[in-house]
Amino acid sequence: MNNSVTNTARLLGAGLRALLVLTLVTGVIYPLVVTGVAQGLFSDQATGSETEADGRVVGSSLIGQSYNLPLKGGQETPDADLKWFQGRPQNGLGANSVNTRYELILSGATNRSGDNEELVQWVTDAKAAVIEDNSVPGYTVEPSDVPADAVTSSGSGLDPHISPQYADIQVHRVAERNGLPVAEVEKLVDEHTEGRTLGFMGEPRVNVLELNIALEDLVATR
Amino acid sequence: MGPVTAGVLQLLALIGALALVHIPLGNHMARVYSSTKHLRVEKWIYKGIGANPDAEMTWPAYLRGVLAFSAVGVLFLYLLQRLQGLLPGSLGFAAIDPDQAFNTAVSFVTNTNWQSYYGEQAMGHVVQTAGLAVQNFVSAAVGMAVAVALVRGFARSRSGELGNFWSDLVRGVTRILVPLAFVAAVVLVACGVIQNFSGIHEVGQFMGGSQQWNGGAVASQEAIKELGTNGGGYFNANSAHPFENPTPFTNLFEIFLILVIPFSITRTFGVMVGSVKQGYAILATMATIWVGFVALMMWTEFSHHGPAFDIAGGAMEGKEVRFGIGGSSIFATSTTLTSTGAVNSFHSSFTGLGGGITLLGMMLGEIAPGGVGSGLYGMLIMAVIAVFIAGLMVGRTPEYLGKKIGTREIKLAACYILVTPALVLTLTACAMALPTPANSMTNSGAHGFSEILYAYTSAANNNGSAFAGLNADTQWFNTTLGIAMLLGRFVPMVFVLALAGSLAGQRPVPVTAGTLRTEKPLFTGLLVGAILIITGLTYFPALALGPLAEGLA
Repeated sequence: MNNSVTNTARLLGAGLRALLVLTLVTGVIYPLVVTGVAQGLFSDQATGSETEADGRVVGSSLIGQSYNLPLKGGQETPDADLKWFQGRPQNGLGANSVNTRYELILSGATNRSGDNEELVQWVTDAKAAVIEDNSVPGYTVEPSDVPADAVTSSGSGLDPHISPQYADIQVHRVAERNGLPVAEVEKLVDEHTEGRTLGFMGEPRVNVLELNIALEDLVATR
Repeated sequence: MGPVTAGVLQLLALIGALALVHIPLGNHMARVYSSTKHLRVEKWIYKGIGANPDAEMTWPAYLRGVLAFSAVGVLFLYLLQRLQGLLPGSLGFAAIDPDQAFNTAVSFVTNTNWQSYYGEQAMGHVVQTAGLAVQNFVSAAVGMAVAVALVRGFARSRSGELGNFWSDLVRGVTRILVPLAFVAAVVLVACGVIQNFSGIHEVGQFMGGSQQWNGGAVASQEAIKELGTNGGGYFNANSAHPFENPTPFTNLFEIFLILVIPFSITRTFGVMVGSVKQGYAILATMATIWVGFVALMMWTEFSHHGPAFDIAGGAMEGKEVRFGIGGSSIFATSTTLTSTGAVNSFHSSFTGLGGGITLLGMMLGEIAPGGVGSGLYGMLIMAVIAVFIAGLMVGRTPEYLGKKIGTREIKLAACYILVTPALVLTLTACAMALPTPANSMTNSGAHGFSEILYAYTSAANNNGSAFAGLNADTQWFNTTLGIAMLLGRFVPMVFVLALAGSLAGQRPVPVTAGTLRTEKPLFTGLLVGAILIITGLTYFPALALGPLAEGLA
C-alpha cells in the first residue's frame, strides 16, 4: 500500500516536472521567439494590418466595420449611411447578442439553421432592404441580382469583404448620393475587386474599407 | 471559372501538397521515434523530469506515464484559470468559474478544445499562451506517443515492451511539433495573423469612433492549434476570425496543417512495421473517406437546400466571403474528420445534410485521417475489426501484420469502439430527457436536437467543434461534456495500450497463402465498408432524428 502511494507520488512528480519543462519550451520560449521574428520581419501584419487614411488610422484592412449614421433618439440600431458602400448585414439581423455587428471585442456567428424562422425573417428583411436602398431612379435592383452574401451574416461577424456582385448593385446608389458619375464609381469598384489567389483560391471579393477610402478620396478631388 | 471548379481545384491542390510532403515527413517521424540518440536539449529535459529515456516500458507502465502526465496537466490548467485574476498579463480578466475551468482544462488536455468561453472576453495572455497553447503541443504529442506505442506493438515480438513514454513525449514536441509550428507561425504572420502582446486597445474607425482590439500571441497558437489537431480558437470566431485566418491562402494552409501529420503518420507506421505498402493501405482508406466526404459536403452546400438559403440564393450564412462555399466545405469536412474542431465557418448554419456530414465525420471515430496520433490508432483498431470480420467469413484465425487477432485482441478492439457511442448516446438521451438542458438551444425542432447530439459527439470524440447556437456554459453541460471528453480520450487509450502490449508479446505468425493481404486494395475496400457499416448501424437512429430530418424536410 505504502509502496504504491509512493510510486504514484513519484510518477505524478515526474509528470509535473515534465509539464513545467515543456511549458517553458512551448509556452514561453516558443511564443516569444515567434513574436520576436514576427515583429522584426512583419511588424505591420503582426500588429493587425492597420490601415491609414489622411494620416489617421481608420481600422484594419482585415476587419469589417459599419458605415452608419449617428444614432437618432429612440433608435436601438442606427441606419446605414447610404453614401458609403455597405458591408454584410449587421443591423438587418435584429437584436442578436451573438453576432458582433462589427464590434471586435466579441466575434461570432448567428448559428441559426436554414429552417430557423428568425433567420428566414432576417434574410427576407435584408433582401427587401437591399433592393429598396439600392434602387434609384433609372436603376432597379431585381431580387435575382442580390447575391447571398448581401443578406447573410458572416462566421466571424467581422467579414471585411463583400462579393463583387454586391458591390456592383451598390454602384448606382453610391454614385447618386455622392454626386459622382456612375462610370467612375464602377471603375473604382473594378479597381478594388480582388480575384481568386493564384486564380483558384477563395472567392473574388471587394474590401469595403479600402473601397470607401478610395471613394472618399475621389469625392475630395472633385 | 465558377466557384465549384475553384473548390475542386483547391481540393486537388491540397491533395498534391499532402502527397509531396507525406513521404519525407513520415520518414522523419519514423526516425524520430526509432532513434537511439538524444539531442542535448532533450538530455536537459530528461534531467529536469528525472526520467531515464532509454528504459523500456511495458504497457501498464506506459499507460501510467500517459495518465500521470495528463492528470497533472488538467490540474495545472485548472489552477491557472482559477488564479487568473491574480496573474500578471491577464488583461484584467477575472478567474474562470469552477465548472467552466474544469471543462476547459479537460478540454485542452484531451486534445478536444471544446470552448464554452469566449476567448476574447475571458482568457488573458498568460492562460492562453502558457496554459492553453502548451496543451496544444503536449496533448498532440501524447496522442502521437500512444499511436507509436501501438505501432511498436505490431513491429516487435515476444518482448511486451512499447518504448519509453517520456522519450516519445519529449521527442514529439522537440523534433516534430515545435519546428513545424515555428515555420507555420511565421508563414501565418506574413499573411496577416497577429502576433503581439498588447492589451485591449482602441483603434480608430472610418466613420469616427473606435474599435476595441485585443492583442495576443495568435499566430504561434494558431499554428499548433491546426498542426496538433487541437482547434481551440484564440478568438470566439476561431478560424473564421480575420486575425486567425486572413486570406484564402491561409485558409488552405491551415487545412493543410490540420491534415499533414495524420496523413503522414501512415508512412511512419509503414516504415516502422517494415512494409510501406501496409501504410499505403491505411492512407488509401483515410483518403477515400476524406475525399468522399468533401465531395458530398460541396454538393450539399452548393445546392443549398433550406428555406433561408433558398431566399438568400446561397448557403452563405456563417461563412466568410474570402473563403466562399468551397473553402468552407473543405475546412468543415477536414476539421470533423480529424479531431481538430477548428472552424472557418459555422456548422450550425450549414445545410441540414451538411451539418449531418460534419456529425458523421466525428461519429466515424475521427479516423479519416483523424487526430494527430489518435487517427492512426483509431484506424488500426478498425483494421483489426475488419480482419476479424474477414476471418469469420473464411473461417480462419484472423491475423494482421503477422500478429494473431485472438480473443483478447478482439475484445480490446471491441471495447475501444464501444466507448464513444455509449458516451454520446447515453448523455444525449439524458440531456433530452431532463427539463433544463433544452433551454440552452438556439434553434428548435430537429436542429435543436442536433445541437445537443453534436455537443456530445464532439466532446466524446475529442473534436471540439460545435453547433454553437447551444449555450454550453451551464453547469450541466460544462460537467457532462467534461466527463465525456475525459472518458472519450483516456478509456480508449487504455484499450489501445493493452492491445499494443498483447501484440508486442506475441511471436509473429509466418505469412502463408491463406493470409489476408492487408496491403491490397481489396482490404482497403473492406475497411472502408466496415467503418461505414459499424458507424451507420450505431448512429442511424440519432442521425435520423436530427440532420436527416432537417435535410430531407
